[in-house]
Amino acid sequence: MLRPRIIPCLLVHKGGLVKTTRFAEPKYVGDPLNAVKLFNEKEADELMVLDIDATREGALPDFTRIGRLAVECRMPLCYGGGVQSAEQASRIIALGVEKVALSAAAIERPTLLRDIAREIGSQSVVVVIDVRTRAGTSTVWTHNGTRDTGLLASRVAERAEAMGAGEIVINSIDRDGTMTGYDLALARQMRAATTLPLTILGGAGSLADIGALFSACGVVGAAAGSLFVFKGTYRAVLLNYPSAAQKDELGQCTLAIR
Amino acid sequence: MITIIDYGLGNVRAFLNLYKRLNIPVRTARTAEELEGSERVILPGVGAFDHAMELLDASGMRATLDRLVRAERVPVLGICVGMQMLAERSNEGERAGLAYIPGEVRRFTPPADLPLPLPHMGWNDARPVAGHPLFAQLEQLPRFYFLHSYYFACERADDVAAEADYGRTFACAVSAGNVHGVQFHPEKSHRWGERLLQNFASA
Repeated sequence: MLRPRIIPCLLVHKGGLVKTTRFAEPKYVGDPLNAVKLFNEKEADELMVLDIDATREGALPDFTRIGRLAVECRMPLCYGGGVQSAEQASRIIALGVEKVALSAAAIERPTLLRDIAREIGSQSVVVVIDVRTRAGTSTVWTHNGTRDTGLLASRVAERAEAMGAGEIVINSIDRDGTMTGYDLALARQMRAATTLPLTILGGAGSLADIGALFSACGVVGAAAGSLFVFKGTYRAVLLNYPSAAQKDELGQCTLAIR
Repeated sequence: MITIIDYGLGNVRAFLNLYKRLNIPVRTARTAEELEGSERVILPGVGAFDHAMELLDASGMRATLDRLVRAERVPVLGICVGMQMLAERSNEGERAGLAYIPGEVRRFTPPADLPLPLPHMGWNDARPVAGHPLFAQLEQLPRFYFLHSYYFACERADDVAAEADYGRTFACAVSAGNVHGVQFHPEKSHRWGERLLQNFASA
């Protein structure tokens, strides 16, 4: 039986790992390579690494750094940040990365997804959709939440699927770093909007929050930043990840809707 | 010595890294000359079936691989689309497969009452055939990372080395003589995958 995925999401800023709150106030939490090694030991299901500088600065993906992370990573790795072309996506895959995540570029130029999928296969194309929700309506923002596209999140997900994406990641800007739980209404809405594998990011503050997501949406990916890098009320930096037994227990939550 | 066929698809680096960590000699082959004399061969693969077959043909290694596998009985392990290439054909494309194991590759068709997302992505349990050497020293239900929308439908039940469930039961590993294939990604499946690749190195 397919298990739901629990995915640490690591943000790279100025070469270090950071954790943001509502896409602002980046707090330094450590070295990317050390984090990969630690999550290897914890047998994490998958790892997502997002370079939050590249798109905003119009920079290319840092291929050297990506290669170093990929060599170390013993679990599937998804990399995002600054990817603008099929050629760059291929190059990232050749470095030993399983999936390439796109956001602004794919939302502005949906045909880019088709070009990239043709090159590396749909299964390796991930679209990260950053969302703000106001009065029950979820719209898509790009460039680290600084540009409002005005597009509905569900519409963007549908279009990404039609263009050849293999996975959708929904990132709630409102919940980012708040550790107040996933936006379950948004998650349910997005589960209904796409038949692709879906990963929800933004808001997880406890394993119970992950369980609640699995109970609401079944087998989806539960991604989290703060939960896996902080410990305690004072947000002391301590990388952590659920044990095999805890994961098995969380997996049972998906049975609620099977 | 393990040889990884590098024809432009699949995570060649991940295999190299893993075998180096295990202190098992490993190399890549990009040409027929480099493939010549291989003792064990890994055929990785991702993406579309036709594209993979095209690239393998274009690499110039196809004839040598055929001879090594069919005449010299060199052990080969296909990974993901590399496993699907071992079949005679795939519903995903027009091209013929390597036809090392009888069967065809089919797309998952989730039943209407159970709308499963495709691709089948994530960690799933494998049920290996009892005593199969590829799964030696692994627990009864080892787990592996999957990422695919098509599966290998074997013609002979005896060629199935392990099964998994995703809406239906399917062969997640096949094995016939010196030819083996796994649908999942052992190179990204922590200790379970590491053990399987180690087993292949000594099988």
